[in-house]
Amino acid sequence: MPEGLATTHEASHSALQHHFENMEQQREAGTLGMWVFLVTEIMFFGGLFLAYTIYRYQYPAAFASASNHLDIRLGAINTAVLIVSSFTMAMAVYSTQIGKQRNTIICLILTMILGATFLGIKAVEYHDKYRDNLIPGQLIPGHPFNPVVAKPGDTDPHKLHLVEGATVRNVELFYWIYFAMTGLHALHMIIGLGIMLVLTIMAWRGRFGPEYHAPVEVSGLYWHFVDIIWIFLFPLLYLLGRHLEGHIG
Amino acid sequence: MEEFVIPKQAGANYLNAEHGLKSWLLTKDHKRIALLYLGAISFFFFIGSLYAMAIRLELLSPQADLVQSSTYNKMFTQHGIIMVFFFLIPSIPSTLGNFLIPMMIGAKDLAFPRINLLSWYIYILGGGVTIYALLAGGVDTGWTFYVPYSTTFSNSYVIAAGLGIFINGFSSILTGLNFIVTIHTMRAPGMTWYRLPLFVWAHYATSLIMILGTPVIAITILLVTLERLAHIGIFDPAAGGDPILFQHLFWFYSHPAVYIMVLPGMGVISELIANFSRKNIFGYKFVAFSSLAIAVFGFLVWGHHLFVASQSVYAGMIFSFLSFAVAIPSAIKVFNWTATLYKGSISYDTPMLYALGFIGLFTIGGMTGLFLAALAVDVHLSDTYFVVAHFHYIMVGGTLLAYLGGLHYWWPKISGRMYPEGWGRFSALVVFVGFNLTFAPQFVLGYLGMPRRYHTYPADMVSWQVLHVLSTAGASILGFGLMVPLIYLAWSLRYGRIAEANPWKLPGLEWQTASPPPTENFLTTPIVTTEAYEFAPPEHKEVVGKFERQPTEV
Amino acid sequence: MQSWFPLIPESASTYSGDVDALYFYISGVTVFFTLLISFVIIFFVIKYRRRNPTEIPRPIEGSMKLETLWSVIPLLIAMTIFFWGAKVYFNQYRPPQNAIEVYVVGKQWMWKFQHATGQREINELHIPVGRKIRLIMATEDVIHDVFVPAFRIKTDVVPGRYTTEWFEATKPGRYHFFCAEYCGMNHSGMGGYVVVMDPTEFENWLSGNANQMSPAAAGQQMFESLGCASCHGANAEGGRGPALLGVYGNNVTLNNGTAVRADEGYVRESILNPQAKIVTGFGPIMPSFQGQLSEEQLLQLVAYVKSLSTPKTETAKPPPVAAKPGASPKK
Repeated sequence: MPEGLATTHEASHSALQHHFENMEQQREAGTLGMWVFLVTEIMFFGGLFLAYTIYRYQYPAAFASASNHLDIRLGAINTAVLIVSSFTMAMAVYSTQIGKQRNTIICLILTMILGATFLGIKAVEYHDKYRDNLIPGQLIPGHPFNPVVAKPGDTDPHKLHLVEGATVRNVELFYWIYFAMTGLHALHMIIGLGIMLVLTIMAWRGRFGPEYHAPVEVSGLYWHFVDIIWIFLFPLLYLLGRHLEGHIG
Repeated sequence: MEEFVIPKQAGANYLNAEHGLKSWLLTKDHKRIALLYLGAISFFFFIGSLYAMAIRLELLSPQADLVQSSTYNKMFTQHGIIMVFFFLIPSIPSTLGNFLIPMMIGAKDLAFPRINLLSWYIYILGGGVTIYALLAGGVDTGWTFYVPYSTTFSNSYVIAAGLGIFINGFSSILTGLNFIVTIHTMRAPGMTWYRLPLFVWAHYATSLIMILGTPVIAITILLVTLERLAHIGIFDPAAGGDPILFQHLFWFYSHPAVYIMVLPGMGVISELIANFSRKNIFGYKFVAFSSLAIAVFGFLVWGHHLFVASQSVYAGMIFSFLSFAVAIPSAIKVFNWTATLYKGSISYDTPMLYALGFIGLFTIGGMTGLFLAALAVDVHLSDTYFVVAHFHYIMVGGTLLAYLGGLHYWWPKISGRMYPEGWGRFSALVVFVGFNLTFAPQFVLGYLGMPRRYHTYPADMVSWQVLHVLSTAGASILGFGLMVPLIYLAWSLRYGRIAEANPWKLPGLEWQTASPPPTENFLTTPIVTTEAYEFAPPEHKEVVGKFERQPTEV
Repeated sequence: MQSWFPLIPESASTYSGDVDALYFYISGVTVFFTLLISFVIIFFVIKYRRRNPTEIPRPIEGSMKLETLWSVIPLLIAMTIFFWGAKVYFNQYRPPQNAIEVYVVGKQWMWKFQHATGQREINELHIPVGRKIRLIMATEDVIHDVFVPAFRIKTDVVPGRYTTEWFEATKPGRYHFFCAEYCGMNHSGMGGYVVVMDPTEFENWLSGNANQMSPAAAGQQMFESLGCASCHGANAEGGRGPALLGVYGNNVTLNNGTAVRADEGYVRESILNPQAKIVTGFGPIMPSFQGQLSEEQLLQLVAYVKSLSTPKTETAKPPPVAAKPGASPKK
């Protein structure tokens, strides 16, 4: 909005950066910047989704076998954890908008706890894969991909049950995609936790209020995005071929 | 045109506002960051040129007499990596774009100045890792890193080089992000989209490609690294993977990347043609939307790099068709630039010489792309020197010439000094001649069948050697022509004529402030009431055929 | 064109003339537009040079007519090039009938050729003039490429699959071929000659080098020694595994209901990754031979399976070559 040729900012907020005309412009720029960044993240994950799509199309039996071996309970719990964390994040944003500093801090801390829970459960899952020799290639030197394949009739959940047509080789393909996608996702979660920590400190110091809460909003966008990625990952990785033969538990 | 308050030259400007290394290395000023980039990019260009000279010297004779094959393979690989990722992609956007976009839209800085500085540091880090790879022993996979050679067979520093490029990609992404947000949210009052200089439109289109395409090469390099490190079989057929998947992923970015390289150059050319003809660009909207069209279509044609790579015939047909389509917006631009010259008032300053050279050379480069888009002919020409000539015509004859033209044009704005015009024209001419002599013979060489990336060639192909000798001679002339500006531009910083604020007498917003500008660019926020390139009041417009506005007097 | 300086390579295949014609057309278009734009620019730049330091020309907004004109005309011209290129390309990619097949294995940094009749060559390929030659190519390591400039053809050779290219030479001679996909240290040394001979000369050459087993015969030996016969039958008549007689070149129905064409790639995949496609009515019991066979051995097994089908493929020796020397029947 043209405000004449004034160079001073009348209602200059302490958080206004010198190169912006006013807080409105700063907020708009920050929000648009985060959306553009999220678009780049979609493209970043996109390559992995593409690889997943192609190899799943080529090796459906192997993908079903490998997917069945993942622990659907832990995956489902994680999904719920993340969805709730997005709720607490949204509540944090709302709290800053109405100026409730204490609620903001509580919601941010809850979000962090949920995020950490997610990562903890993920760590348990990764450990299970390590125990079952399902780490692909030589990511862990000396511990190559070498799962024990279950004979027909064996119901041991630690063994790999192959659907007809699946080969161990192609199951390994699934697992590298699994680790690449969930690993990249987990990395983004960790960064997200860092951001939450910074926000919590800033909130505790009273930086946010109804007139200035853009960082919380913008971080909320990031957090929701990380959540949405997981919502795509969960069915693609965990829910394949549950109806097929070879499904255990 | 508004009358702005222009301070006397002896006043504070962005160069003398603060002193000391810290004020440069921790600056948030987009203009200083642009100069940081200028220095770094020039350094990488120099390294890349050294490799080019070595290649051209080796190819003088059919045998291997200068270096061993393993070294030669590293030289062309590193020439490609440095020139593509560390020169061509960042050059115009990070130097001229960074410097000018805020000024052209009437803003004080980019939207995210600290991210801008971070971009530079990421570039330096990426460049550092890549230099480490070069010094530690080099990389020999070709800049295209095709698998399985790069994942399984090469004994060179693939991971280090890949890491350097990966890191550098984030510099590109952040720059593009910054530009998009800036152009959307920080235009001065009255600066509507259709009043923006075409330089800004071109960078906007470039930024779209940067943010959408670069993440894909990032993940691709990551996958190559994983496969090389951990022997995961992503691209390994023995493990069920597919080496052609790599090519699709790689070219999905790398084809749009060539538009990242050329679109900013086209933006510069629009500025040069308009301003040195003292006229608005003919068909402004068409040029603006052509930039966007190139960006969009550029994402749809990557398969033309796989015509002989066992891609299906039908996919080939689709990509060929689309590749012809993407040529049209570029042709539209060339015609519009030419039409701008009609009834203009044309001066022969150095920047204009570069711009005119660009139009001719880019036309040739673009039209030789038609040969490669035509399926049957591409079968013969793929992976030959014809392709090398084609992309050098666009990258050097196009982007490099635009970069030099822009550098000269905005030199007074950036440095407060004029370059010596006589030397400028001289080197423009030498560069033009040297360039053509270097690369025109390579078209013939390619059709004759010389494959690219060849260290040696059959001694019985005498014609090949003749063409190589011509090419190397041209390269020497080109090299000389490029060194001359280096010298006189540096000289001008100290001894050049002091430039006034608007030495070319132009209406652009960047010229309505001091040269060099103050740190905040404008003392007061400009209010824009004129169209782009408005040299004369709108009532004086002449209309050719039916168009939007009717003149009030003819 | 070979007068004082060659601008194009020798034209020695049925395909090269078509490619050259299109090349000249595009060159003509390029030269025309380059000259047009150059002359217009030079003309404008001289005619409208600045004569007065203060002059301001009248601004010109644009012209819808001109924009349409110079969008549509280039588009139409581009379409002519596209269609012409696509047509020539499509013709070249239709699988040829009655072709002499040669198996090619590339590896860093040499080429091995084996004729269907058994003759082996290294870095050189002898072929008769006037016959279609189909190359079935595999690589043992990285991506390579077979590029014969005189024939104007080129195809990458990709690990994990077979690629094919075909050509028909029109005049005898020695023509360079090159590897045209960067493959490492000695990439520029990885090439040789295609030696095109008159039919009688070629017959002589064949008989002079006829002391080697044909790939199909070698494949048959391996079929026995590797134990394939135990499931597929001693004469490939079937058993616990499907019969292989008459399979190659026809459709095969898989256990998921879909049908695939049994081409060279199918045979190769069945040996290396048998679980990928299981013939209807059979179980997933075939073991994989991944890592146990070289590309050459795989090609030999493929050649053997091919020989079990109706003979549109080469078996013992090529049919007598009837074409006159130098004659090149248009495809």
